Amino acid sequence: MIDLLTDFITELRAAGIPVSMVEAIDAMEAVRHVDLADREGLKAALGATLVKNERHYQAFEVAFEVFFAHHRGPVAGEDHSTQGPSPNGSQQAGSGGGEADLDSLLESLFQALLSGDMASMEAAARRAVTEFAGIEPGRPVGGTYYLYRTLRRLDLDALRQRLLDAVLAEVDDHDQLDQRLAREDVEAMIGRLRRELADEIRRRLVADRGRLSVARTLRQPLVEDLNLMHATRTDLEEIEEVIDPLTRKLAARLARRRRLLRSGRLDFRKTVRRSLASGGVPLDPAFRKARPHRPEVFLLCDISGSMATFARFTLQFTYAMAAHFSRLRTFVFIDTVDEVTRYFGPGVDFGEAIGRIATEAEAVWLDGHSDYGNSFARFEERYGPEISPRTTLIITGDARNNYRPGKPEVLSQIRSRARALYWLNPEPRSYWDSGDSIMGRYEPFCDGVFEVRTLRQLEHFVEQLSLPGHLVGTRQGNAQPQATLSR
Amino acid sequence: MESPASVAAALTAEGYLPDERIAQVVYLAGRLQKPILVEGPAGVGKTELAKALAKLTGRRLIRLQCYEGLDESKALYEWNYKKQLLRIQADSDRDWSEIEDDIFAEEFLLTRPLLEAIRSDRPVVLLIDEVDRVEIETEALLLEILSDFQVSIPELGTITANSTPLVVLTSNNTRELSEALKRRCLFLHIAYPEADREKEILLHRVPGITEHLATQIARLVRSIRALDLKKAPSVSETIDWARTLLALSIEHVDEKVVGETLHVLLKYQTDIEKAAKEFATPAASSS
Repeated sequence: MIDLLTDFITELRAAGIPVSMVEAIDAMEAVRHVDLADREGLKAALGATLVKNERHYQAFEVAFEVFFAHHRGPVAGEDHSTQGPSPNGSQQAGSGGGEADLDSLLESLFQALLSGDMASMEAAARRAVTEFAGIEPGRPVGGTYYLYRTLRRLDLDALRQRLLDAVLAEVDDHDQLDQRLAREDVEAMIGRLRRELADEIRRRLVADRGRLSVARTLRQPLVEDLNLMHATRTDLEEIEEVIDPLTRKLAARLARRRRLLRSGRLDFRKTVRRSLASGGVPLDPAFRKARPHRPEVFLLCDISGSMATFARFTLQFTYAMAAHFSRLRTFVFIDTVDEVTRYFGPGVDFGEAIGRIATEAEAVWLDGHSDYGNSFARFEERYGPEISPRTTLIITGDARNNYRPGKPEVLSQIRSRARALYWLNPEPRSYWDSGDSIMGRYEPFCDGVFEVRTLRQLEHFVEQLSLPGHLVGTRQGNAQPQATLSR
Repeated sequence: MESPASVAAALTAEGYLPDERIAQVVYLAGRLQKPILVEGPAGVGKTELAKALAKLTGRRLIRLQCYEGLDESKALYEWNYKKQLLRIQADSDRDWSEIEDDIFAEEFLLTRPLLEAIRSDRPVVLLIDEVDRVEIETEALLLEILSDFQVSIPELGTITANSTPLVVLTSNNTRELSEALKRRCLFLHIAYPEADREKEILLHRVPGITEHLATQIARLVRSIRALDLKKAPSVSETIDWARTLLALSIEHVDEKVVGETLHVLLKYQTDIEKAAKEFATPAASSS
C-alpha cells in the first residue's frame, strides 16, 4: 500500500498538484482509518488530505481512477475477463459485431437508464466496451479513440430519442416546464452512460499497460497552466471560475498601503474628550483614520485579431475587477484607442458587454491591424491629462506593431505621469523582439514586463505587486513553471 | 464516531444530510484530530455542518466570525488594560515588581473565541467562519491553534487545550488561503447537491412537502443552476422557495408559478429576468 501511495503522490505532483511531505504523511495516516474495500471512502480520504484546492480535484480524480481502479469479476453471460480482452476476439467484434447483440445490448442499456438501475447500466457499458471498442493491447493512447469507436456503434442519438419518448409519454403534453425538465433528465442519463464508458475503457487500459503509463497519457494541464492564447470555450469557462479570487487578490495588493496606514495618527482632541469619562486618565486613545488610498487602474487591452482569445480573457478579468475597483477604467485599442469602461457597469452581463465592445467601440482607425504607436499617441492626447500619480497603468498586448512606428517616446511620456506601468505580454518570452514584435523598445519605460500566458503566470504577476520595492529589475519578473511548482 | 456510516446516520438525525464525501471527511477529522477546512459556494450548508456537529457530539459551539481587519485582540486574547491601569493607580505605593506580577494575571485577561475554545473545560466545536475574509497575514494567528491546539501568551506561557476541540473552518473561496493553513487541515469541498440529494434535503427540512413537489423543485433548481447566473440559487434559497410554494398551497410547479415566485430563489434582477426568459411563459414573466 505504501508503494502504491507513493507512486500515486508522485503522479499527482507530476500532474501539477502541489503535495507537501506533511500532506503525504497525513494521507498515509488517513488510509489506516479507512476501510480499503470502500473505494469512495478511500477517495474521500485521499482527496481531503492531498488535494487542498478544488481546481485540482479533477486531475486528482483522473489519477485516482487510474491507480485505484475497480477490480470487478466478470459479468454473467460474458466470458471475457476484465483483466484484458483478447486482442483478436475484440477486434473481430469491433468490426463485425452481430446486430442481434447490439440490439439486445441497447435494450438493456435503455431499460437500465430508464429505471435508474446503475449496476445493470455498468454491466451493459462493460459489455459495450468489450464488444465495440476494439482495444488493441500496448497502444499508447489515452482512450479517446476507443470511446469514439464505442459511441459510434452504440448510436447514442437514437438511444437518447428513445429515452426521451419514453419519458415524455408520462408527461403532460401542455406542460412545457415538465417537458424541459424531462429532457434534462435524459441528458443527465446519457452523460452518466458516457462517463461510465470512458471509465471502463480507462480501466481496460490500466489493466493492459499499467498505471504509470496510463496516468502519463491522461495527464492534462491544470486550469492555471492552460495557454490563454489558445484556450477553447470549455477552457475559458473553467478559467472564468478561477478569475474572481484572483481579482480580489489584485485589489488587495494594490490597496495595500491603505492597510499599513490604518492605525493612523493619534487624535489628541478625541482622546482627551474620552479621558473625561475615566477621570482624566486617557484609557482609550483615539486615532485619526488614515484617508483611504484609492487605487486607480487604467487598463489598456489590445483587441486585434491575433489577440482575440487573449483579449476575451483580459476583458473577463477586467469585468471581474470592476467589482472591486471603484476607479477602474478600461480602454481597448487596435490602431486607435477608445474607452469602454461604460460597458462594464454593475449588473451588466459579460457576454453582452463583449458584444457591445465589438460593435460599438472605435478601436479601428485605418485598417484594423495593430498600431501601438498611433494608439499610444491617441491615448496620450485624449486621456493623458487624466493620468495622475495615483494611476496604475496595465497594458496587455503582444507588441506586434506590423512594422509601423512604435513611438516609445509617447509611452515614456505616459509613464512619467502615472504611478506605475506594467505590461502583460501573452507571447512566450523567446518570441519577443522577433518579427514585428517591438517589446524591447517599450520595455525600458515599463516598471515591469511580464509574460502572462497562463493563470499561474498572472497570479505570479499579482504576487510580485506585493513585494517590497517590487519590480525594480524588470527581467526577473518571470516565473518558470517548474519553479512555481515546487512552492 | 465509529465509521463514516455512523457519522452519516448521526448527522442525518440532526437534520443535516451529508453525502459520502462529507461523512468520510468528518469521520477522519475525528480520527486524525485535524481541523476541517470546508469550502464551497455560499449557502450550501458549510456553517450548518459545524452546527450539526456540535449538536451531534453534544459539545458547545464557539464561533469566530472572520472579517477584514480581524486581529489578535479580537480573535485570541487581549489584556484588559483599563483594569490594569486602574490597578496600578490603586496601589501606586506598592513595589513595582509585585504589581507587575499582579497585573498580568488571568484576572486581567479578556478571552476571545480562540482562547476560549482552548481553555474550555468541556470539549467544544470551534467554528472559524469565512476565514477567507481575513487578510493573509492574519491567518498566521490561527496556525498554532490548528496544528497544536495551543496558544502562546508571552506573559503567561503556553496554554494547551484540555481536550482537543473539533475545528471547522469555512471559506467561500473568495481568495486563496495560504499553503500553511491548508496544510494543517483536511480539505472538504461542498458543491451544490445533486438533484436526488437536494430532494432528500427538501423532504427533510420542509415538513409537509409532497414527494412530487420536492422532486420537481430539485430538478428545476438543478436546471436553473446550469444557467449562467450572477449568483446561483443556494440550498437555503431552495428551501425557502419550497416553503413559499407550500405556504401558497401549490402542489405542482408550472410556468406561471415559476414566473411569480422566482424572486424567492434569485436575488439579482438580471438573474431573475434571465431565468424567467428560460422557464416562465412570456405572459407570466410580464406579470
